[in-house]
Amino acid sequence: MAASTKTKGQDSFWSRRKRLRLQNHLLTYLVLVPGALLFLYPLLWMLSTSLKPKHQIFTYPIEWIPDTWMWSNYGEVFNQVPFWTYTVNTAVITVIGVVGTLFGSSLAAYGFARFRFPGRDALFLLMLSTMMVPIWVTLIPSFLMFRWFGWLNSYLPILVPAFFAQPFYTFLLRQFFMTVPIDLEDAARIDGANRLQIFLNIMLPLSRPALATAAIFAFFFYWNEFLLPLIYIQDQTKFPISVGISSFISEYRSDFALMMAASGMALAPPMIVFFLAQRYFIQGFVLSGVKG
Amino acid sequence: MFNSDLLRREAIQGYLFILPWFIGFVVFTAGPLTAALGFSFTDWNGVSAMEFIGFENYIQLSQDSRFWQSLKVTLVFTFFYLILNIIIGFALALVMNQPVRGMRLFRTIYYLPAVLSGVAVAVLWAILFHREFGALNWLLGLVGIKRVGWLVSESWALPSIIIMELWRVGSTIIIFLAGLQGIPPELYEAAEVDGANRRWRLWSITIPLMSPSIFFVLIVGFINAMQVFTQAYIMTRGGPNYATFFYSMNLYQTTFRELRLGYASAQAGVLFVIIFLITLGIIWVSRYRVNYELV
Repeated sequence: MAASTKTKGQDSFWSRRKRLRLQNHLLTYLVLVPGALLFLYPLLWMLSTSLKPKHQIFTYPIEWIPDTWMWSNYGEVFNQVPFWTYTVNTAVITVIGVVGTLFGSSLAAYGFARFRFPGRDALFLLMLSTMMVPIWVTLIPSFLMFRWFGWLNSYLPILVPAFFAQPFYTFLLRQFFMTVPIDLEDAARIDGANRLQIFLNIMLPLSRPALATAAIFAFFFYWNEFLLPLIYIQDQTKFPISVGISSFISEYRSDFALMMAASGMALAPPMIVFFLAQRYFIQGFVLSGVKG
Repeated sequence: MFNSDLLRREAIQGYLFILPWFIGFVVFTAGPLTAALGFSFTDWNGVSAMEFIGFENYIQLSQDSRFWQSLKVTLVFTFFYLILNIIIGFALALVMNQPVRGMRLFRTIYYLPAVLSGVAVAVLWAILFHREFGALNWLLGLVGIKRVGWLVSESWALPSIIIMELWRVGSTIIIFLAGLQGIPPELYEAAEVDGANRRWRLWSITIPLMSPSIFFVLIVGFINAMQVFTQAYIMTRGGPNYATFFYSMNLYQTTFRELRLGYASAQAGVLFVIIFLITLGIIWVSRYRVNYELV
């Protein structure tokens, strides 16, 4: 008698849990599915608009499926503006920017992570606090300095600072370096390797995931960079995509298809990198955020 | 003796590794920062002779209605953006922490906009917000809501930019999800045994243990939000009627259109002080409110 009551009680307890879980799942989908559609909505609209013939863009209510699929809208962007040149310029800025960022930041990160020296923690705090300095404060003196260097209308004002360690990436890499066991380095030191060799041959290969993360963040940053090229580059043949698009929107303001095609092409590389490297992207936030 | 020699060598090597950062700090941050402070006491257009005018720029700033408008726009934007970003990010992270099928796909979709930024996104949303032919008004029309002016409406232009920025809440979700997954499940089990209900568990376990993540999102989000530029420059040029005239728009105009470098330097300095003080304020409050013990 006592035993059967117990089983019965347990049964209803478990079925209650099961029902609750089912309810939970249903609620989860009820939030996530409409939300996902909402998040995709702007991108779907961009794709649809970029493929429409001219007469269909200004129809209301909106017709989402083009009568004829105007793939030529994308080609038209290249006819109207030197989009190919913009793309090459953006790629050059991005590649050099990523390399420079990894170079300077990994050196500084290793210095902060693995050496003891007077003032280290104060200097590290100083570096972190420079993240609070808005770009606008240093902009005018930097502009005058770069003008004096003769660097206007070149990528040097954008790219040279990258090689001198950026606080965010230095912080990210330092966090990772500190998690690498020190034994391997000690073994190499006993074998007579110097610190630079250890850094290059042991620390960097072990830190590939963190370097990949930093590289991806730097990629997004330099690919989208707008303010600095807007200020420093006057020559249209040297524009990156961002400045190129901003200079043609006033002219083609009413040509939605063209603008959407151009924007779509500008956004495609970050999307592709995101799909390929989502894992590193997420890890970056975890490294920088949670133990920050 | 041997030991102190070793220590000295280690210190020198350490300094060498951080030397590139230090050079960059002096040349690209500290030097320009000092110069900007000096410029802020001058009247100068970058070409003619520099004239020292003491605190004149700062006095003028206090009476400049364009400056006050830009500060108001920026603070209102930052406040509402931060609050909404944290609430929505938190809610979505809680939902996405459920073990349901297809979660990888959902996460990919929600994170995707976070990697998209800059001019192309601003162009995309400018067209999306279009009053007559934009997809947003069309969608609202489906549920019977009348057309909103969005970017051409004085009252809706700033909320429009907030909405667009909230589309990129994915990075906040990632940080919050990582925080949620770091909470030991034993705590919830213990609370359940004690008969704690859902709301109680949220307030007494989840939120306190998530406070470091919330604090991080708050600080980083604040510093970035105070400097928003591209969106307004591309979508509204600061309008209509200065409704989206962000601090950075004012700085851009003063510097590159009016060439008042001294006056702009004073404005930039004030921005730095505001960011610095509010950030310190957040850090100070967090020392009492953020719980690092179990993380």
